Amino acid sequence: MADREERRFAEVSRESVRLMAEGAGVELGDDVAALLAEDVCYRLREATQSSSQFMRHAKRRKLTVEDFNRALRWSNVEAICGYGAQDALPFRSVKEGELFFVEDRDVNLVELALATNIPKGCAETMVRVNVSYLDGKGNLEPQGTVPTAVQSLSDDLLKYYQQITRAILGEDPHLMKVALLDLQSNSKIAALLPYFVYVISGVKSVSHDLEQLNRLMHMVKSLVQNPYLYLGSYVRSLVSSVMYCILEPLAASINPLNDHWTLRDYAALLLSHIFWTHGDLVSGLYHQILLSLQKVLSDPVRPLCSHYGAVVGLHALGWKAVERVLFPHLPAYWANLQAVLDDYSVSNAQVKADGHKVYGAILVAVERLLKMKALSLSQSAEGQSGAHPGSVVGAVSYRVNSPGLSPPPEPLSEAALGIASHLQVGGAGCHWEEWTPVPLPAMYCELYSFFGDSLAVRFSTGTGFGTHSPCTPSQLGDSRKEPPGPASNLDTTRKMPQLTANLNISPRQDGSPRTDPPPPSLSGPGSLPRASSMQRSRSSSSCSRQRSAGLSREVFPKARFTSPQTTPPAFSFLIGGRQMGQRCQGRRPFQTMFATTPPVSAIPPRTYAHKLPVIGRVGKPVRRWTCSHYSLHLPL
Amino acid sequence: MIALTGKNQSYVLVLYGLCFPLIHVAHAQFILKMAAVQGGMGDADIKTDIKTEPSADGFGNNNANDGRVLSASPGSSSSTGSNKQTAAVTPEDQQTLLAVLQFLKKNKLSESVEILRREAGLPENSLDPKANESAGAGSGGAAGIVDLEGGDASSLLSRVTGSSSAGAQAPTKGTFICGGKKDQPDVSVVLSAYSQQGDPTLYKVYYRDLKKFIETVLDCHRAELSQVFYPLFVHMYLELVYNNHESEAKAFFEKFSGDQECYYEEDLRILSGLTKKEHMRGNETLLDFRTSKFVLRISRDSYQLLKRHLQERQNNQIWNIIQEHLYIDIFDGMPRSKSQIDAMSGSLAGEAKREANKTKVYYGLLKEPEIELPLDDEDEEAENEEGKPKKKKPKKDSVGSKSKKQDPNAPSQNRIPLPELKDSDKLDKIMYMKEATKRIRLGPDNLPSVCFYTFLNAYQGLTAVDLTDDSSLIAGGFADSTVRVWSVTPKKLRKVKSAADLNLIDKESDDVLERIMDEKTASESKIMYGHSGPVYGISFSPDRNYLLSSSEDGTVRLWSLLTFTCLVAYKGHNYPVWDTQFSPYGYYFVSGGHDRVARLWATDHYQPLRIFSGHLADITCTRFHPNSNYVATGSSDRTIRLWDVLSGNCVRIFTGHKGPIHSLAFSPNGKFLASGATDGRVLLWDIGHGLMVGELKGHTDTIYSLRFSRDGEILASGSMDNTVRLWDAMKAFDDLETDDFTAATGHIHLQDNSQELLLGTYTTKSTPVIHLHFTRRNLLLAAGAFNP
Repeated sequence: MADREERRFAEVSRESVRLMAEGAGVELGDDVAALLAEDVCYRLREATQSSSQFMRHAKRRKLTVEDFNRALRWSNVEAICGYGAQDALPFRSVKEGELFFVEDRDVNLVELALATNIPKGCAETMVRVNVSYLDGKGNLEPQGTVPTAVQSLSDDLLKYYQQITRAILGEDPHLMKVALLDLQSNSKIAALLPYFVYVISGVKSVSHDLEQLNRLMHMVKSLVQNPYLYLGSYVRSLVSSVMYCILEPLAASINPLNDHWTLRDYAALLLSHIFWTHGDLVSGLYHQILLSLQKVLSDPVRPLCSHYGAVVGLHALGWKAVERVLFPHLPAYWANLQAVLDDYSVSNAQVKADGHKVYGAILVAVERLLKMKALSLSQSAEGQSGAHPGSVVGAVSYRVNSPGLSPPPEPLSEAALGIASHLQVGGAGCHWEEWTPVPLPAMYCELYSFFGDSLAVRFSTGTGFGTHSPCTPSQLGDSRKEPPGPASNLDTTRKMPQLTANLNISPRQDGSPRTDPPPPSLSGPGSLPRASSMQRSRSSSSCSRQRSAGLSREVFPKARFTSPQTTPPAFSFLIGGRQMGQRCQGRRPFQTMFATTPPVSAIPPRTYAHKLPVIGRVGKPVRRWTCSHYSLHLPL
Repeated sequence: MIALTGKNQSYVLVLYGLCFPLIHVAHAQFILKMAAVQGGMGDADIKTDIKTEPSADGFGNNNANDGRVLSASPGSSSSTGSNKQTAAVTPEDQQTLLAVLQFLKKNKLSESVEILRREAGLPENSLDPKANESAGAGSGGAAGIVDLEGGDASSLLSRVTGSSSAGAQAPTKGTFICGGKKDQPDVSVVLSAYSQQGDPTLYKVYYRDLKKFIETVLDCHRAELSQVFYPLFVHMYLELVYNNHESEAKAFFEKFSGDQECYYEEDLRILSGLTKKEHMRGNETLLDFRTSKFVLRISRDSYQLLKRHLQERQNNQIWNIIQEHLYIDIFDGMPRSKSQIDAMSGSLAGEAKREANKTKVYYGLLKEPEIELPLDDEDEEAENEEGKPKKKKPKKDSVGSKSKKQDPNAPSQNRIPLPELKDSDKLDKIMYMKEATKRIRLGPDNLPSVCFYTFLNAYQGLTAVDLTDDSSLIAGGFADSTVRVWSVTPKKLRKVKSAADLNLIDKESDDVLERIMDEKTASESKIMYGHSGPVYGISFSPDRNYLLSSSEDGTVRLWSLLTFTCLVAYKGHNYPVWDTQFSPYGYYFVSGGHDRVARLWATDHYQPLRIFSGHLADITCTRFHPNSNYVATGSSDRTIRLWDVLSGNCVRIFTGHKGPIHSLAFSPNGKFLASGATDGRVLLWDIGHGLMVGELKGHTDTIYSLRFSRDGEILASGSMDNTVRLWDAMKAFDDLETDDFTAATGHIHLQDNSQELLLGTYTTKSTPVIHLHFTRRNLLLAAGAFNP
């Protein structure tokens, strides 16, 4: 007891009291504030204490706002309204003054009152019977427990549940679409949510069946999009199912014919969608997910497809996640990836193809990172002079302080921002605590050292590289408005690093449109991803031809010999990099994901050849600083 | 209250208001609170009126009053006599009356003054405070008031049956509750007791000195003397706080709070929050501590030792506290051991005094009325004839008579007037006996199965559950103020037809009871609306026609299960009512709540018949003794009290729990009581001897439900920790050998045999068990809400 003396209770500081008084237009002296603060603390304790009685008598373990209000009411204090919801209230912070507050949104009562879409299907309270008995020794006999809750569903709901699951997991694509649509808009299925979530959690048992996995993911999407459903704690289960599809080396991916890449992309997209639309529910998960993504990424034993998942997952979580996890990790990872890409042996072909996928994904992620970072810098520089450039705080304060401005252009980053603020507030104890933001120029240099000219984002690379954003907003705006620019791309790719090879093999190079991805619209599941998956399956089938049959899918295997498919490099110094061939489709998913208006087919991606940028020297990726220095200025 | 209602003219109202101070005298703070709560309906004068209240109440009183006033009942004639006997003891009663009269006069309610004076038999000049010392009149008048305002309330019992022979039973005690001779309920007076000054810096020295002394005494005395630490510590701390030595108080607390027994932690936490004199005013815990003397049992030797030490050291500060705030119950003989002391301590105000548990308690069962049971081969016929009881007269076998002679420990059959059995009750008794013959004999080798009623989708809102005795209906009280009833048999719940439709049916027909039911309303469950706060207590009447519910809104409601509507709202508690229960014979019921009193009601009276006052904190649970003559209440002050329904007196105080008590159960033979508390322990009590006889450890969370099997062989306990545990009650009680010495001294030796007594554990997945019930055939039913 004695050792806890100092902090026995939560306390309201006198500063808070003074602040509140100021808010009410009263100036308080120091001593008055101190006295008041002490009294407030005492009264709060008193109320809390009597509220616990209501909790005990309600036979609960959790003290609710309701209990507290009752205690207040009985001591003739006005109850506090508006906090009756069951969920935790996320605190937001304001940068200056270390002020934390609960977001208090205006509620349009008229709308609420006239709302007709009151969700129905809230399950009725009911009584269910279950019998258990003890054996002679007093141990509880195990009994066949019925999936009891199912019994509590009304017949209609039960039927609905069966029909829907059958339709979604069944053969008929049309039926599936109808079922998904209904799942997305039905307002009466709240009671079924646990069952659907349970069905979805079955991803682990169908990891061999891409089609089923896809359907389950679509089911997730429908549930997430249903405005009448409150996901509550089930969102965790959903997220973990989605994460499974993103990260796990699925059984289905053993066969290169299977296009598990699309699945991963789609799942990553879903993840970002969940974070974007249900940020309040999942914000607590953000850290956990980042950690698991990081773990996968830093685990060289994992197959490349897992790495790929980690990268797209990070990308989906927003550029801040990329900055925090992927970017610092890149140097270490790069070495491994290079080794794979550098191995031209036949046996390595498949792995190498996978490697290119990862490469593509990384490239997309870091390009976005650069772009967003520059954007946030410039905006925070405009909006908030005091903002620390590049720091998370700056970004957050921008968001909080200028609600009137148009929201940051990308919902993705927006979501990430919201989470990042959370991350900053509650992120104690994480092992990347010591992480400090790398200034943009340094970052650009570093990335350039890896990717060279494949980086679509350009900054003036000269000496004029200031601490502030090198590109003006207008520039950025241009680059955003620019239609997917193969032209500009070609322009920019003129600059190539010193040692490079021209691996212009495939005409199927994707022009990786440098648009800023539009909001992650989960447009019809059947349309774009489907098309791309068809493509991809073709490409992967072509890959598979080159792959020797019984080769185990080692990750980063030792180099064998060159693959016949790729044109021999022009220079023996060639180290690695992005192959612009069929495998470049690593980038595609992002286009299909984010592009709503410009369909991929509109861009003739295969019409222009792309140079393979080759970076650095063999085995010395660590010396990127020096490398990058001269590579920047050496044209091809 | 007086002011509020008094303003509104009519004297009836005034007197209605009057009964509050009389009832509540020991709880002045409640009156103040109530006045404040109800201030809304008053007028501008309220403020001043409330202020005058304390002084008007300053005539102060202890709740000896309550028992006496209420015991006025069954026959008013005899009651007057008994009142006269006791009245002389308390001149405060008279002062009370005088103050009331003065007040009435001040408010120019001369008519009321007249009536009151006439009733009280006070002389004309009685308003002159010095003039009147005629002792008996005062309290006689108090009784008169009650008689007047609720005339039938007091004569009720005599009305239910004929006269009551027990009326002459004079209430002899009642004063022990507060222990203090002059406990002033007025806050400022209470606190001013702390104003005597000592050097604040010396407190530490005193305490340390005493501590050192107690640490060096012989081992056998140490445990006993250590009991002094906690009350001393608290009182010294409060004194420091009261005299505005905030920093000294803090230092004192820091230094010595670690020495206190761990089971006081909860109270210490409250105490530690209290650092300002101003805060002492509204703090109920503190007032409790002050108004009640902390009771310690210490052997004479130890006491002498302590006394000598303090006198030698001239340690007057501590000696004063001991004298003023502690009640030391000195006994001759061996000092008690640490474990003995620990078993009994833990309540808010120390142990019970020994004499508190000396009253004779008639714990035996009442003789069952003789009911003739149809022979077995008539079973079918009897079932066919349900609803037509008269037809069964022919072939009968009197089973009821074969049984018991009068149990020497049983109260006389009409000690408490009980309602006569109706035909339907007799039918039910017959059903009961039939079922009883098919009852399974439980035991360690034959454990009951559990049938668990899980409430789904209750959204954390299930607050109370009850099952009918025949296990045909289950009711739930919910946080959303609703009461829901389910039928757990295939028979659906039906309402009675509307009055117009009832006119149409043939009243002479044999199946009239069937015909009055409206088939269209048949459903598995019914919802009843009426409360305006969570429903914390719920109880079926034994005849299944009524349901009681008690709620946070301060009312107890009686619902009809024929029409599924509310029949009565019993108002009186004014604060949350935590529990209510029907008497096993129906008609009466008891309720207890936040206002620290339990009330005994009869269904046809809107005023309580008895008010049981004495607990120092909320009454959390209430139970009727199987013979309906006693009521047990458990409280947040960590004591259990047993009250005599007839006299309104407290006849047992059980201490030993270390947390608020949330469940009670009488053994079917009426001899024992089991209690469960937030500390996760079940304690067993011998009612006759007033002793703790067992401790069952095993639960890890609050025990919300206790129930003995029908024959008393097994005790089932249900807890928040999602388990139901079965205990061997037979063994626990059989091993008892209460020798005279133990009985006389109240020193108990508990063996730690919880593990042997634990017969089995049922676990639920995620459902706290909040109700348990044994069917007539000894199947265990449990209920709770699934908390995902």
